[in-house]
Amino acid sequence: MKERILLLGDEAIALGAIHAGISGVYAYPGTPSTEITEFIQGHAPEVRSRWCTNEKTAMEAALGMAYAGKRALVCMKHVGMNVAADAFVNSAITGVNGGLVVLAADDPSMHSSQNEQDSRFYGKFSLLPILEPSTQQEAYDMMEYAYALSESMKLPVLMRVVTRLAHSRAGVEVKEALPQNGLNPETDRTHWVLLPANARRQYAGLVAKQPDLLASSEASPYNQSAINNQKSKLGVIACGIAYNYVMENNPQELGIPVLKISQYPIPEAAIKAMAEQCESLLIAEDGQPLVEEQVKSLLGADYALKGRLTGDLPRMGELTPDNVGAALGVNIEQPYAKAQNLMPRPPALCQGCGHRDVYDALNKVAAEYEGARIFGDIGCYTLGALPPFRAIDSCVDMGASITMAKGAADAGVFPAIAVIGDSTFTHSGMTGLLDAINDNANITVVISDNLTTAMTGGQDSAGTNKFEAICLGLGVAPEHVRVVVPLPKNMEEITRIIREEIEYKGVSVIIPRRECMQTLQRKLRNKKK
Amino acid sequence: MKKDIILAGVGGQGILTIATIIGDAATHAGLNLKQAEVHGMSQRGGDVQSNLRLSTDLIYSDLIKQGAADLIISMEPMEALRYLPYLNQEGWVVTSSHPFKNIPNYPEEEALMQELNSLPQVAALPIEDVAKENNLPKSANVVLLGMAAKYIEILTPEQLRESIARVFASKGEKIVEANQLAFDLGLNAVK
Repeated sequence: MKERILLLGDEAIALGAIHAGISGVYAYPGTPSTEITEFIQGHAPEVRSRWCTNEKTAMEAALGMAYAGKRALVCMKHVGMNVAADAFVNSAITGVNGGLVVLAADDPSMHSSQNEQDSRFYGKFSLLPILEPSTQQEAYDMMEYAYALSESMKLPVLMRVVTRLAHSRAGVEVKEALPQNGLNPETDRTHWVLLPANARRQYAGLVAKQPDLLASSEASPYNQSAINNQKSKLGVIACGIAYNYVMENNPQELGIPVLKISQYPIPEAAIKAMAEQCESLLIAEDGQPLVEEQVKSLLGADYALKGRLTGDLPRMGELTPDNVGAALGVNIEQPYAKAQNLMPRPPALCQGCGHRDVYDALNKVAAEYEGARIFGDIGCYTLGALPPFRAIDSCVDMGASITMAKGAADAGVFPAIAVIGDSTFTHSGMTGLLDAINDNANITVVISDNLTTAMTGGQDSAGTNKFEAICLGLGVAPEHVRVVVPLPKNMEEITRIIREEIEYKGVSVIIPRRECMQTLQRKLRNKKK
Repeated sequence: MKKDIILAGVGGQGILTIATIIGDAATHAGLNLKQAEVHGMSQRGGDVQSNLRLSTDLIYSDLIKQGAADLIISMEPMEALRYLPYLNQEGWVVTSSHPFKNIPNYPEEEALMQELNSLPQVAALPIEDVAKENNLPKSANVVLLGMAAKYIEILTPEQLRESIARVFASKGEKIVEANQLAFDLGLNAVK
């Protein structure tokens, strides 16, 4: 037996990419994708790997590296795809020179996300090939395959994983590393200058590649059918990780044939062959019913399909061996019922965290204004929504605190306060602040600066030491950029400053700045060693 | 042979270290293994769990089916109870008996312990006290692993002890010895 290394799904992706000869990884941290880039940073000094400001800048830098002939990886959580979408969709039109893999880590059941959108839809409407590994070993092996596919099709490849693969460990057999590509910038400008005349030609080329992509899927080593020509009542099409949940329920013993799909576009011939053999088909896919809808149109409305749309599997939330088993008719034996003496234990802001002092101060001052609204953002400080603070009125997407506060202020809300973290501010808050300044919006922006990207484990924050300069540069009046140290002993000063800035009719920025307790403790531990 | 184990606790209590030790031992023994963890919110004092599956055969699912876990290992008594629907009929619960109360509505302690002790197969010890009394305040999680060792079965206690040496090797001899002592304290406590 070959030696196996115990790797998280994310780490298997990272090592697969390193061994596939990538020259750069571009990413903004986001659960459950963060560990991919962290692993590459820790294990491959020859790979360019500094954190990016957001997913769009990451996607564009990776496209530039692929333009130059080298292999690049972009990693993000599913909602990051929304930020990167402009560059992503257009990268399908330009095509690539060196291999480009875009890794989207989806979070069905929203373990740490605000929605459970399915990234495969982005691949589908961009007309790009998609890979969806079911195991850590496949995740590793697929990276080399993905780069070869990308370079042979001259297209970016989307790889989609879910939380349960990203954050689960298993033994992985590894191969020898490939060398990096040499520098070889693409010289045909008509591929890359997407003026309408060029774009139309490129898009026609992309459409013309679709039969090749389908042929690649039909022949893919990752799409496997267990068709045996015996007529069955039920067959299963299992996509990505759903294959594991199906196999856990012993479909062989039940006489249920299984078609595994891990490469898209969907392999139409294999699906039609399954449909011939089976009276009905269950579509098991984690996320949204993308394949179910496509198979429905492939087989016609009369064919008996089962899946999330028919209620045989839950319409939302992640698949489990239990709900997939139920759809296959397997009974669950559960000797022990739910316990009586049990309470939820939600996460909370750490003891000693500066965000706590920020919310204490905001709550004190907001109580003095009947119409006060506090617009929150994405990060640890979103936990300010929970008791004991219950401080924020919204949390929607990266940067929305500032722009929503502006819109609400435009509508007459007073005081309209935005709370945003340092990393979220540079990710997507700066442009909104410029809007507010240009319109002289009456808002108070609190940039709660803990000098790190804390929520995802303490990655470097793009704007550290630059926030006052950024705010002044965007045009906030110097006397309305206020820096405080969020500690209980400074409560009187902080609340006074918040009051003053609320009373100022225009844009003001308050920057409470104190290092994250987690990164501080880690530094102290490392110093001791 | 297979063993499905649920590791439970509160963020920061060290359940992932237990998972790392078992995982290392399983890898050295040539067993198949899958271990699903919870990341992200885990440092913020919320409940955390990990599904750890060990087998001589191929393992498909990263998640354990309800009613299928052979063992629940928990750093906290209420967290042990959270995963009861996953326990199989003959399954064991090995847990700390010391409640960690960081929520205002924590259940009444006596009723909680009564429910826990009414389970047919349960081993509960105040592991934090055991660790402190033996000057091993940071090794309560390894005391718990020692308690669980005889129920893991697919790995011997000796294999787990050797893996402690490998996992803590980078921290020096003293730390290795302290953790092996903690392991033995747990192991002997349930004999």
